[in-house]
Amino acid sequence: MALKFEVLGKFNRARAARLSLPHFVCQTPLFMPVGTQGTIKGLTNNQLEEIGCQIILGNTYHLALRPGAELIDDLGGLHKFMNWKRALLTDSGGFQMVSLLHLADITEQGVTFQSPVDAKPMLLTPEESIQIQNKIGADIIMALDDVVKTTITGPRIEEAMYRTLRWIDRCIVAHKRPDEQNLFGIVQGGLDPVLRDICVRGLVDRNLPGYAIGGLSGGEDKDSFWRVVAQCTAALPEDKPRYVMGVGYPLDLVVCSALGADMYDCVYPTRTARFGTALIPEGLLKLKNQAMANDEHPIDPTCLCMVCRNYTRAYLHCIVTKDPMGSQLVSYHNLSYMMRLSKDLHTSIVEGRFPEFVQGFLRVQFPKGDIPEWVCNAMEVAGIDVSTCCAP
Amino acid sequence: MRFAVTRACGGGGGRARSGALYIGGSTTTPIETPSLLISTRKGLPTFVSRDHLAALPTPDSLLLHVSPLHFLDCPSSKTISNIGGLHQMLGLHEHFFVAAPRDSLESLPESEGTNKLGASFETPCGRRLIKPSAYMEKIASLKPNLWASMADEVPAWVSEKRNKTSVDRTLRWLDECLALDPAGGKTMLGVVVGGSNIEERKHCAIEVATRNVSGFWIGGFGLGENVEERSALLNAVTDNLPEEKVRFISGLSLPEEVLQGVASGIDLFDSTYIYHLTLGGFALIFPFKILDHNNLDFQLDDTVGDRAKINLRATIYRKDISPIIANCSCFTCQNHTRAYINHLLNVHEMLAHILLEIHNTHHYLGFFRAMREAIKGGKFDLFRQRFVESRRIHLTAAVLCS
Repeated sequence: MALKFEVLGKFNRARAARLSLPHFVCQTPLFMPVGTQGTIKGLTNNQLEEIGCQIILGNTYHLALRPGAELIDDLGGLHKFMNWKRALLTDSGGFQMVSLLHLADITEQGVTFQSPVDAKPMLLTPEESIQIQNKIGADIIMALDDVVKTTITGPRIEEAMYRTLRWIDRCIVAHKRPDEQNLFGIVQGGLDPVLRDICVRGLVDRNLPGYAIGGLSGGEDKDSFWRVVAQCTAALPEDKPRYVMGVGYPLDLVVCSALGADMYDCVYPTRTARFGTALIPEGLLKLKNQAMANDEHPIDPTCLCMVCRNYTRAYLHCIVTKDPMGSQLVSYHNLSYMMRLSKDLHTSIVEGRFPEFVQGFLRVQFPKGDIPEWVCNAMEVAGIDVSTCCAP
Repeated sequence: MRFAVTRACGGGGGRARSGALYIGGSTTTPIETPSLLISTRKGLPTFVSRDHLAALPTPDSLLLHVSPLHFLDCPSSKTISNIGGLHQMLGLHEHFFVAAPRDSLESLPESEGTNKLGASFETPCGRRLIKPSAYMEKIASLKPNLWASMADEVPAWVSEKRNKTSVDRTLRWLDECLALDPAGGKTMLGVVVGGSNIEERKHCAIEVATRNVSGFWIGGFGLGENVEERSALLNAVTDNLPEEKVRFISGLSLPEEVLQGVASGIDLFDSTYIYHLTLGGFALIFPFKILDHNNLDFQLDDTVGDRAKINLRATIYRKDISPIIANCSCFTCQNHTRAYINHLLNVHEMLAHILLEIHNTHHYLGFFRAMREAIKGGKFDLFRQRFVESRRIHLTAAVLCS
């Protein structure tokens, strides 16, 4: 195990912790921006540090294709290759089973992909995934899991869950750098509580440095989503980090943190930025909208980021989706927003005012008091009274 | 704004000169010329954000070139005025904006569409006919530190008659802009055109010099004229302009072209060269501290390229963990390797262009600094000769090898 996880404060299920990784000491809850190909699109390392990014995610599948794991290894690992001083996490390549399914064939041995570069078939086994991730050298590496869409039902879900458990043992055996890299297991089992339960128990028995809740954020309904998160966080050990994969909507971050999750990743904040949408406390600001053309306010008057201190919505309206600078600036703001949200979650838990923070967050997001039912249900489980934020 | 020539007769047959552009109060350090204006897209560098712009050498990097035609669609002139003009809108309060319609990148003169009412341009908003009144409305809202009047720029191959018309129109528009300018030309650059005709160039320069403007924008270059006759054309212009006013040229951007312009007494240049290099994946590596050393090859990279630049897309950089230039102090060279930039280019990541634009701008500003020092030391001719020769030696060698 190459990490230390110290809980600094709690409110019911929610917790704020210090997560010490080989390259950085992080504060949770935290959001990890996705730097698929060894860069967060349009931002430089010093900007990412300035914004407060603690962990960046790299995609094993993409990095293995280009520039290749061998090359990264030869040049001293991904940290050195991209000159990122803080923590890194790599996924297993498994998610691409879902996102690029038409290119993938899954068997007990592993996943066969069709290479998008030269169309050759490439076999990704659990052993190989770990081997590649050992070469890339991230602080946290993910076990290869059998990912299925949450929206499908039937025996395929069960098969995938059991296969994930069989593969975790192959991953553990294959992992050659346990003192420098932390292997996280991934809970699968679709939306079925029985299958999720079997998977959590199986993984906890393996005593891994941390656990991820996988197979979510794939189009399932929100009520099922939070119930799976709640079930898993309740069953996972207190003293290990919990990572909900693919979560990037601010509201989901708040709900999952209230339910006891610590880490999140998603392309959403940066991708939506490139399409011209900014994240603000009230929700979304569509900068392409004609109403922005003459708006002389910053994206978010309460935000202190470099973009909000310098540019108006009217100016950004003219450059988003047209000029590279538009993508850069809105990405910068959106990540700043996510980092601020992570930090606010952390401090409010440590300072014992987490319920007030959540209530304030919901009031701004839903000024009419129309908080979705799933949020209310989740908050009941989290022990946070949101009745004052709801319309009578 | 105040401009002063600090050293005349620095070379180039007595024409090359260094100067100082005082942009703020009397206490601030002036920007020395000859100098590079950083090209922008809607007022900001294409890839370099404000924090990285601030990290480039100052005050050298404070000069920005902006095209008012980038703002034809939005924001509206009213909104720009409400925000407070370019400096406020772009959050660049210390910077010095020089506005001219042509940016040689996205706003290009379309002489065939130009008529007596206004000038036609290809712009980011499509092809547009710009009338002097509309142009002046944009200038009034943008409030650039300096701005050029409207030009009817024609390529070198048009007829004598069309060329003559362009001079007449440009002079007429100059007077129209001047009449519409509430500051009475205090921040205005008068435009000199005249194509490839020495007499027209002279005539236009003499006419513009009589107007109450604070400097000159020299147009119609880089539009197909013969390089051999360019110096004569440039001299015909600068010999007829008053010494004490600043001269900005559009369309001369390659190092050799800049040297040619400086030799004719030009003070300001645009940086379209940097833009094209950056988009193509090229990094500048040519040496410019060539007066300190007798050996021209002292810092040349022997392996590749044309010794002015390297193409970081090339597979030989796949595992090259050295920076673009070993002793370069720019953000890119201090933080990243050729191998990393090669990877970023391969996977089409924007960061590649950000890093390249930072390096290339930094490097080119260094070239301008070296050139200024040469002028101040009275060694501009030697500087130019060495620079051109080192390139020629290499090119000859390359030809012999192939």
